[in-house]
Amino acid sequence: MRIVRSASLLGVLYLVACAPTTTAPPPPPVPPQFHAVAESSAALDTTPTDIAVLNRLSWGAETSDAQLLKREGLQSWVNRQLNPSTDDGLPADAVGQIAAMEISQKTLVQINDEIRDMRQAVQARKGTPDFDAAQKTYQQKLNSLAREAATRSLLRDLYSRNQLKEQLTWFWMNHFNVSQNKNDLRVLIGDYEEHAIRPHVLGKFRDLLAATLAHPAMLEYLDNFQNTNGHINENYAREIMELHTMGVGSGYTQNDVEQLAHILTGMGVNMSGQPPKMQKFQRGAYFGEGLTLFNPNRHDFSDKLFLGVTIQGNGLREIDQAVAILAAEPATAHFVSRELAEYFCCDAPSTSLVNAMAASYLQNDGTIASVLRTLFASPEFKASLGQKFKDPTHYAVSALRAAYGQQVILNIQPLINWLNRMGEPLYGHETPDGYSMEEAAWSGAGQMETRFEIARMIGLGHSGLYKLPQDAGPEPAPPPQILQTHYFEAMAPNLSLATANALNKGQNPADKNLLFLASPEFMRR
Amino acid sequence: MRRRHFLTAALSIPFLGTAGRLYALPAPGAPRLLIVFMRGAYDAANIVVPVSSDFYYAARPTLAIPKGQALHLNNDWGLHPALKDSLYPLWSKAQIAFVPFAGTDDLTRSHFETQDTIELGQPVGGSRDYRSGFMSRIAASLAGSDPIAFTSNLPLSFRGAKPIPNIALNFTGKPAVMGKDVELIQEMYQGSELASAVAQGFTVQEEVYQAISAERKAASRNAVSPKGFELSAQRIGILMRDKFNLGFVDVGGWDTHVNEGNADGYLANRIGELGRGLALLASTLGDDWDNTVVIVVSEFGRTFRENGDRGTDHGHGSVYWVLGGKIKGGKIAGRQIGITEAALFQNRDWPVLNDYRGLIGGVLQKAYGLDSSQLATIFPSVQPDDLALI
Repeated sequence: MRIVRSASLLGVLYLVACAPTTTAPPPPPVPPQFHAVAESSAALDTTPTDIAVLNRLSWGAETSDAQLLKREGLQSWVNRQLNPSTDDGLPADAVGQIAAMEISQKTLVQINDEIRDMRQAVQARKGTPDFDAAQKTYQQKLNSLAREAATRSLLRDLYSRNQLKEQLTWFWMNHFNVSQNKNDLRVLIGDYEEHAIRPHVLGKFRDLLAATLAHPAMLEYLDNFQNTNGHINENYAREIMELHTMGVGSGYTQNDVEQLAHILTGMGVNMSGQPPKMQKFQRGAYFGEGLTLFNPNRHDFSDKLFLGVTIQGNGLREIDQAVAILAAEPATAHFVSRELAEYFCCDAPSTSLVNAMAASYLQNDGTIASVLRTLFASPEFKASLGQKFKDPTHYAVSALRAAYGQQVILNIQPLINWLNRMGEPLYGHETPDGYSMEEAAWSGAGQMETRFEIARMIGLGHSGLYKLPQDAGPEPAPPPQILQTHYFEAMAPNLSLATANALNKGQNPADKNLLFLASPEFMRR
Repeated sequence: MRRRHFLTAALSIPFLGTAGRLYALPAPGAPRLLIVFMRGAYDAANIVVPVSSDFYYAARPTLAIPKGQALHLNNDWGLHPALKDSLYPLWSKAQIAFVPFAGTDDLTRSHFETQDTIELGQPVGGSRDYRSGFMSRIAASLAGSDPIAFTSNLPLSFRGAKPIPNIALNFTGKPAVMGKDVELIQEMYQGSELASAVAQGFTVQEEVYQAISAERKAASRNAVSPKGFELSAQRIGILMRDKFNLGFVDVGGWDTHVNEGNADGYLANRIGELGRGLALLASTLGDDWDNTVVIVVSEFGRTFRENGDRGTDHGHGSVYWVLGGKIKGGKIAGRQIGITEAALFQNRDWPVLNDYRGLIGGVLQKAYGLDSSQLATIFPSVQPDDLALI
């Protein structure tokens, strides 16, 4: 079959489907290695600004990143965060854990083939005594794939040197939210993050939009796989305009939504492994890569008038045109800039800041790194340092970074449990709007108390992070001593008198850990 | 008029501002409202059973509740036998009413979409504001209301301008942060805008734990301790009796596409648990049950005919429940039609004749004396429906 490769979306599709996957053999189980928190003898010679910027641009300041920043100089470190090398600098233990994962060793198509076979085997057992067991095994398989994805993502958050990139991966996953709880999205979620989101987080917004549009996770999540000529489903079209690009109330009309829905007809998924049935004359317009499918038989080939532009009905290239139009809209520049500012600066960024970021977006062809450069250079950003309330993921990850630095955890489950308990499960937000970035969403009474409980568990150091899930017995790692780290030493001058007094009254290291992680200063970044 | 009393009493309480709720007991005799959301679309037709409909028995050869086993409600309706010792006694006391043909005008038949529709309470088809749920609009309309979500996440229905606390009822063990640490943590937050939330968090967690451990001691004497939803409902009863007057809880597990069961089986077990929970809620509230209204909703009903897997698929109209010590219950309320094949919506589901917003709006109007402009803020472009239950 002939595959059209002219449009840029197709380029993205190609990347999505053919991105190389690691094929290293699984390493032997990682033996637990415990060392005192890696602290060189020399104290950090950082300024309060160094630590504050590090805290904002990373998942949470810790000693070794502070040392890197100091060695490199703040400006150079920030530049490197905006233009990261391909080497994430993960510790070997983390690299080993990720390389051993099924999602690292197989392509999405291979995994999907196996899942499809399993599902058919389960269905074949319907009505037999084996059915429940087969069904359980199948569900466990899906859970395992999703847990691998979550583990990989959280290991990178904890230990990658490209901290801004990892934060942006979370940010864009949230912006283009899909929920792993829908259908079989647990199979797709890791690939979605790895291939649709992560490669584009600092690049052009248009590529990011196109990559999400070409991924089966999104096409399933927002029902576009059911959007066909004669049976229009507007769900995805509406969310693209409302949540992904222009934002609600930015001037597009119901008619634009409908026109976009027609443009998107035929864009869907193919889980069967077989090409769809179509008439001969349509084959030239067919496109299929990986699990993504453009089926001309389901596409509306009439011309469309979208946001004032006539788009000729010619198949997949219509989608490319629509993506380009949306990405170039000033409304999109503003909407995306505002969200970035809310995440990286403040709950209510000023109009002038958002305007400056949007101008940077429009001048630089929607390059996200440029928009962030404008944000980071603004006085408003500097004034906001230390003020932004951490959402639960920032809270838990920053606590582990402060407590353990680069000492790689062996069992991610406690962290996943904490995120669940704080109401921000990874990949678990049901609605397409993603989690709120506002303080009010996370600072309720029950939520604060939950943070303190988690602070206590991390402070005590025996939650099971440093033993394999199947190992019984006590945690082999010693409890952390956060107050003994150079990171703490460097940020201690910024603590309020009330916090310093409370820490002085802490009775032992675990208690002091709890109090520090529970302090008002540690709730903010 | 105790219910009216709440409103006038509430109006005399100054607005507490945005820096967090001051902690206060509900005004004496204040009405309490709890919304129970059955997520997953329960099979209403097998719980509130149209026993006089021949078509019901024809359409459900394996699932139907036999006429002799359904608990008599009236000549046309019977109640699922699993509710015999829990909700049926409330029916006899006129403390529960059922509203059949209830639901939304959302036709997606998507759980997800329709749950959102209900929780947002905004007109279907318009653009949605995910930051404005109907419970938060109720809370904003009732001065002095003390809202809480008994859920680990703040549900969509409670999202809004003003922060509302949520308490996960499954994490109610003994608070491990205690004693000196509680004092020290509060000292660190003294004077900050989070001070009241921090203090309240400790208080609520401690109270929930104390209340629960007291129940545990009682339970060890009785040798039976509630679990699952019963346990949650008991905790809700305690908390709404003592502290909060506007609550929300959700219960899942109703999506019965296969092997639903009939008088016994999966759905019977689930509904039995829910019924026991609500009965326990009522008894836990004690005297305050007289001043409580519970509304039980679900996103939609299920197909009226059973499917090929001894289950039911996504449908439309459901049956909502209204409970309370002083409601005018013991009746099947709202607009109704006879249940024949011709009466089905799109030849598969119960139609919706009673919009949930009209139902809840009507309750709010009667119980709290809200005027039409306030109700229009809560449920835009829907008239309150007086089902004569309050």
